[in-house]
Parts: sequence; C-alpha cells; structure tokens
Amino acid sequence: MSIAFSDAGRARVTEILGHYPDKEAALLQVLHIARAEFRTITPEVMEYIAGLLEIPPLRVMDVVSFYTLYPRQEEGRHVIQVCATLSCALLGAESLVDHLENKLGIKAGETTPDKKITLRKVECLGSCGTAPVMQINETYYENLTPQKVDEILANLP
Amino acid sequence: MSEHYLLHNADKPESRELAFYLANQGWSAWKKVLQQGQPAAVIEEVKKSGLRGRGGAGFPTGMKWSFVPRDSEKPKYLVCNADESEPGTFKDRYLIEHEPHMLLEGIAIASFAIDARRAYIYIRGEFAYGAHVLEQAIAEAEAGHLLGNNIQGSGYDLQVTVHRGAGAYICGEETGLLESLEGKRGWPRLKPPFPAVVGAFKSPTVVNNVETLANLPLIFNRGAEWFAAIGPNPKNTGPKLYCVSGHVNRPGLYEFPMGKNLKELIYDDCGGIRGGKKLKAVIPGGSSVPVLRADQIDVSMDYESLAAAGSMLGSAGVIVMDEETCMVNALYNLERFYAHESCGQCTPCREGTTWMAKILGRLEKGGGRPEDLPLLEDIARHINFRTICPLGDAAAMPAASFLKQFRDEFSAHAQLGRCPYRH
Repeated sequence: MSIAFSDAGRARVTEILGHYPDKEAALLQVLHIARAEFRTITPEVMEYIAGLLEIPPLRVMDVVSFYTLYPRQEEGRHVIQVCATLSCALLGAESLVDHLENKLGIKAGETTPDKKITLRKVECLGSCGTAPVMQINETYYENLTPQKVDEILANLP
Repeated sequence: MSEHYLLHNADKPESRELAFYLANQGWSAWKKVLQQGQPAAVIEEVKKSGLRGRGGAGFPTGMKWSFVPRDSEKPKYLVCNADESEPGTFKDRYLIEHEPHMLLEGIAIASFAIDARRAYIYIRGEFAYGAHVLEQAIAEAEAGHLLGNNIQGSGYDLQVTVHRGAGAYICGEETGLLESLEGKRGWPRLKPPFPAVVGAFKSPTVVNNVETLANLPLIFNRGAEWFAAIGPNPKNTGPKLYCVSGHVNRPGLYEFPMGKNLKELIYDDCGGIRGGKKLKAVIPGGSSVPVLRADQIDVSMDYESLAAAGSMLGSAGVIVMDEETCMVNALYNLERFYAHESCGQCTPCREGTTWMAKILGRLEKGGGRPEDLPLLEDIARHINFRTICPLGDAAAMPAASFLKQFRDEFSAHAQLGRCPYRH
C-alpha cells in the first residue's frame, strides 16, 4: 500500500489530534485532508486513515458513505454544486442547471470526459438571500444569471 | 431605521480583524467577565437578559447553561452550532465571516459560564471560507491572550477548535452534531440524557447557535436590562437577524429588534414583491415551519405571536412566494430536501419523507390522484412526534400546513392530473 499523506498533511493530522480527547473524533477532519490530498476517498485511502486513527476500516467507510463531501468516485478538477432547494428554485435554479447541462454536455451528477468539471445539483448551501447560488470547489458564486455562469465557466482554468 | 448591533459593520471588510474589533470595544465584555470571575453571576445575567436560542427552538440560554452539573468531575464542553443548513437561513454565515471575534468573545463568555476549557465550533463543511476566517481569528485572539492558556493572567484556559462538518443537514440537530463531532455518522441520540449532562465525549455539553453566542458581548457591555428592553415583551428580547429570500425586490439579511412586523419587513424593508406581483405565501422561520397565506402576515415576528398565527419564528428564515408560485411544486422541493437529508435511523422519517416526495412528484408531474391528498396528510401525521429527532416533524409540518392552507391547488393538480402552472 503506497498511499500516504504528504509531510504537511501528516503534521496537520498530528496537530488536529491534539484537539480531541480521542483519535476517532478527528476522523471527519482527517478525511478533509484526504480529500484535499487524494481527491477521491478510495478503499485504500479509507484503510490508510483507519490505520492512522487506529479504528476499523469499516468505521471510516461508515462515515464516508454518510456525508456528501467525501467523494468515492473520481471527480473533475472543478466541482460545481448548484443549490436547488426552495429559495434558489424560486429564482431559477432549475433553469441554471439546464443551462449548465447544455453548456457542459453532461447531466447533473456527471463529469466531463476531460475530467475538468463535475456538475452536481445539491441541497441548500445556506446562501438563500443571494439566490440562485452555486459553489465551485470551495468558492461561492451568488446572484447568478446564465450570463454570469458563462463568464465564470470561461474563466475556469 | 433602528440601531444595528450585529450588522453594524456590514460595509467594513476589516471588521473580521482583531485590531478593528479591539478598537471598537471588542473583547471588553470578556475581560469584564473574567475580572469578576463569577460563572454563576454570568448565568444570572444572561437569564435576566431574556436571551433565547437563535437556532430555532428559542430555549432560554441562561436556563440551558444552568442544567450543566457544576460538580461534575468530567470536562465540560461548549459547542457552537455553526452548521447553518435550514433552507431560508443565512445569518450565521454572515456573523462567521464578518464578526468572528464577536462570536469568539461570545464563545469565551459561554464557556466560562459553564466552566468549559474547550470549545468546538461545528461549522458546515461547505463554509470553507468561514472556517478559514475563524481559524485566523482564533490565532489572533490567542496571540492577544484573549483565548488559550491563562487568559489575561486569570488562570482560566480555553482552547477553541474549528470542526468542519461534511455535508449533512441532520448535523444541525444538536445530538446529531455531537455524534458528528465525535467522528461518527450524524445520527441523533435519544433524549434523555440531555447534552447538558451527557453530551460530547460523554461529558456535560452546551450547544449554542452562532447568533445566540454573538449576542453575549452586547449583554455584558451594555447590561441585561438594556438588552431586555429591546423587543416587544420580556419573552422576546434583544436584536434579531432576519433572513429574507425568494420573490422580494431586496432579499438579504436584516437586523431589527425581536418582534419585527413580517408585513413591514416584506413590503417596506425588502421593497415588496418582484415585478409588482401579488404575494401568495410566506414561510416565516426556515423551511421546517408551517406556511402562512398572504392575509396572515401582519404579525409580530416573535415566538408567541407567530405561534398564535399558526407558525413559528424558527430561524427567522423568511421565504417569500409570489402569486405565480405553484405550492405543490414548492412543497415537492421541500420534501425532496427532507427525504435527501433524513439520516435513515427512524422508519417513519426515512420512509415517510421519501413517500411524500414521491406522491408530490406525481401530483406535480402528472399521475396524481384525489386520494393522494388524504394520503399525504396521513403520512405526515404518522411521522410527527414518532422519531428520535425533530427532522421528521420538520418534514411533516410543511406538508400538513401546505395542504391545509392551499388545498385548492392540491385538488386542482389531482383533478387535472397535471400542474396547472405548467403549460
């Protein structure tokens, strides 16, 4: 098994462990590091983390499968999450998703063949006052229109 | 225009920096509390202020703190609930990103009151920027001897940790949050025992919402009497953030005293309905509370008045829907949300939310039947109060209220066999 965190990642894990009374509690935070370093949470990654935290791999799997932010399949470099819950839906989220699907030639839930973009329709992102909104990786884009979405897409590296 | 105490720095990006906060009386409440050194007096002061939890339930904050057993030999924990995920709610994100020191000062005061030496801020995973802002603010506060070890020479230590969630609405429920804090699935726990006795890591724990904690510096800077005098009555005190979204001209975050008139908020402050259309419906307190019709909105946004009007203040997430909104489609949207976010632990919620979403889908897209209306009501009734946590109730309440308030629309869908709003 060749998977391992970078030195910086390992240092961060050690730092995080100091914040909790037991190792297991650090699992969600360590998985965030894993996502940043490996991008996909594969069975090998889960086993590696289980070893680090001295818990059964099944415990890691249990958590990974519960939350939405730990991808088990390879994602594009840019993950676009379009909020489709009520406040965004009232202001055109569905047509934004249609627009993105047409523009990218993929359906929500899919990744472009060049692995550049993954498109997802998600539940409330907590930015209802600036609806409709989407998040690309960690950045929020608010008060969207199809034109604005086109500009954002054009500027993605 | 009323005075602002929470949003007063909205136009100042430097408000997140320690230097700015200190130059504006920041951290002075915490220093005062530390100097006086009386946790019991802190709890009394907060009780006197009338502050109630801003996360949705409205439980009196001082009373919640007083449930923590003082003689427990276990460590005590203060947990800030920054998992803001209730559809229609976006106030905590503002406070986190713009006023991190106000929040941290509140966390310090609350921790001191319950004798916690470690506090966690449980922030939803999507708020990566907010987590970064908080971590910077914690580092600044530690360097300034406002957090950390032997704070201001008092002998009191407090470590604050930012704990990122990973995408799960259920972790906003306090016991689901605690499970997630312990590195597990966010499966809510049966109560009792309550978190004040058995919370994080089997130890006494208080979970307070971001906005609740952000109000604490105000109470100690200006006094409980001052705070209690804001608002319509002693049960509803202090400044309040109102989140307005949907079909208004000026959606966004607003601050008024507790008890803002909902109609004024929509028509005066938010500039009325977009495109000069008529109002149809308002959800006043986040997606989980019962919906109001346009003729029911001349109401004070306080806990009791909204309850009397048949709804709840909840998180004060006001979702406004104009006359062209299909109420079946709106409820379909919400029930899909709850079906997606149900943690799966309790059968009535797991199966009921999915079933309701399925029925609403056929009413909206074609294939609905008249008997779907009583069936929906029956399912909602069988979810309500039959689950470990309130997510089930949160899914059942909108269903029951939409069906009651806008029955004609549901009947029209069932009779036509399609949505009359779609052409």
